[in-house]
Amino acid sequence: MNLWLWLLLACLLGYAWKLVGYLVPASLLRNPRTSRIAGTMTIGLLASLTMVNAVASGQSLALDARLGALAAAGIALWFRAPFLVVVLAGAGAAAGLRLLGWN
Amino acid sequence: MKLLQSPAVRVGLSISIATGLYGISFGALGVTSGLDFWQTMALSLLLFSGGSQFAFIGVVAGGGSGVAAMGAATLLGMRNGIYGMQLNALLQPRGWRKFAAAHVTIDESTATSTGQTDPAEQKRGFWTAGIGIFVLWNVFTAVGALAGSALGDPKQWGLDGAAVAAFLGLLWPRLKGREPVAIAVVCALATVLAVPFVPAGIPILIAAFVAAAIGWFSHGRSNEGLEPDVDPYAEHRHDEHQHEHQHGHQHGHPNPRRLPRSGGGQ
Repeated sequence: MNLWLWLLLACLLGYAWKLVGYLVPASLLRNPRTSRIAGTMTIGLLASLTMVNAVASGQSLALDARLGALAAAGIALWFRAPFLVVVLAGAGAAAGLRLLGWN
Repeated sequence: MKLLQSPAVRVGLSISIATGLYGISFGALGVTSGLDFWQTMALSLLLFSGGSQFAFIGVVAGGGSGVAAMGAATLLGMRNGIYGMQLNALLQPRGWRKFAAAHVTIDESTATSTGQTDPAEQKRGFWTAGIGIFVLWNVFTAVGALAGSALGDPKQWGLDGAAVAAFLGLLWPRLKGREPVAIAVVCALATVLAVPFVPAGIPILIAAFVAAAIGWFSHGRSNEGLEPDVDPYAEHRHDEHQHEHQHGHQHGHPNPRRLPRSGGGQ
C-alpha cells in the first residue's frame, strides 16, 4: 500500500511538471540555465540508472552477467539498432552468460 | 483519407508504432521488478513518460524505497516542463485542451511537432504522436505485464539485463558531443562510488545533484540532453521534406532543439 502512495505521488508530480510548462509565463522557463539543468540532469540520471541496474546489488557492487548485457546493448546501439532490438540484445546476453555459468 | 496525406500525421503514426512497442519491455520489467499488474498500468496511464516510468521501476527493482523511486521519476520528468513551454508557445491550446496536451507532452510528441514548420502540421503532428503513443504504449504495457508475470524467474530470461539495455538505449541518443559524454561518465562514476555507502536509490539522486551542479555552472548548449529518444525523421531520410527542413534551419529555423540533429539524415 505504501508503494501505491509514492507511485501516485510520482504520477501527480510528473503531470505537474508537464502542466507547469503550459501555465507559467514563457519567460520564466526560457531561462537558459533552467533548460541546461533539465538537460544535464536527464543525462546524469539516465547514466546513473544504467550503472545502478548494471552493477549494483542492493548496497554492494557485483560484477555479473548484467555487464554482458551492458556490452551487448552498447554494441547494438553502436550499429544503430532500434530500441526493441537493443533491449532484446541485453536480455539475450544476460540469459546466455547465465546459461554458460557466469552468474 | 486527407489526414493520412499530412506528413506530420504519417510521422506521428510511425513514431506511435515504434514507441508503443517499447511498452512490452516496460510492462514485463514492471511486474518483474516487484510491482503488480495495476501498479505497472497506473504508471503507463498516469505518469506516461517512458524515462520516468523506467526510473521508478529501476529504483524499486534495485531495492530502493518508494520515496527514492518517486524522486528519480520526478527529476527525470523535469524536461517535460521545458517541452510544455515550447509547445504552449507553438500550439497555443485553449481551455481543456491545455490539460490534455500537458498529459501527452513527452519526448516523441514534442519532437514530431517541433520538427514541422507549418503551424497546422505542428498541431496535427503533436496530437497524432501524443494520442497514438498513449494508446499503444498502454496496450503494450498490459501485454508485457501479463507476459512478464507468466515468465517465472526473470533472471533466467535475462530481464535484469534488458533493464540495463533499456536505460543505455534511453541515454544513447542524448550523447551528442564531448560535454554530454563527460557528464554521463562523471555521473556514472559518482553512482558507482556511492552505492556501497548509502541506501539503495540514493546514488541515483546523488548523480542527479551532480548533474544539476554541472548544469548550473557550465556554459554548454542550453538544451543539452533534451534530444528525443526517437528521431521523427529517421524513416524519412530520403524524403524531400527532410531536405526542405534541413535547409530551413540552416537559415535560422527558430527551434533550437533541432540543431543537434542537423546530421539526422545519415
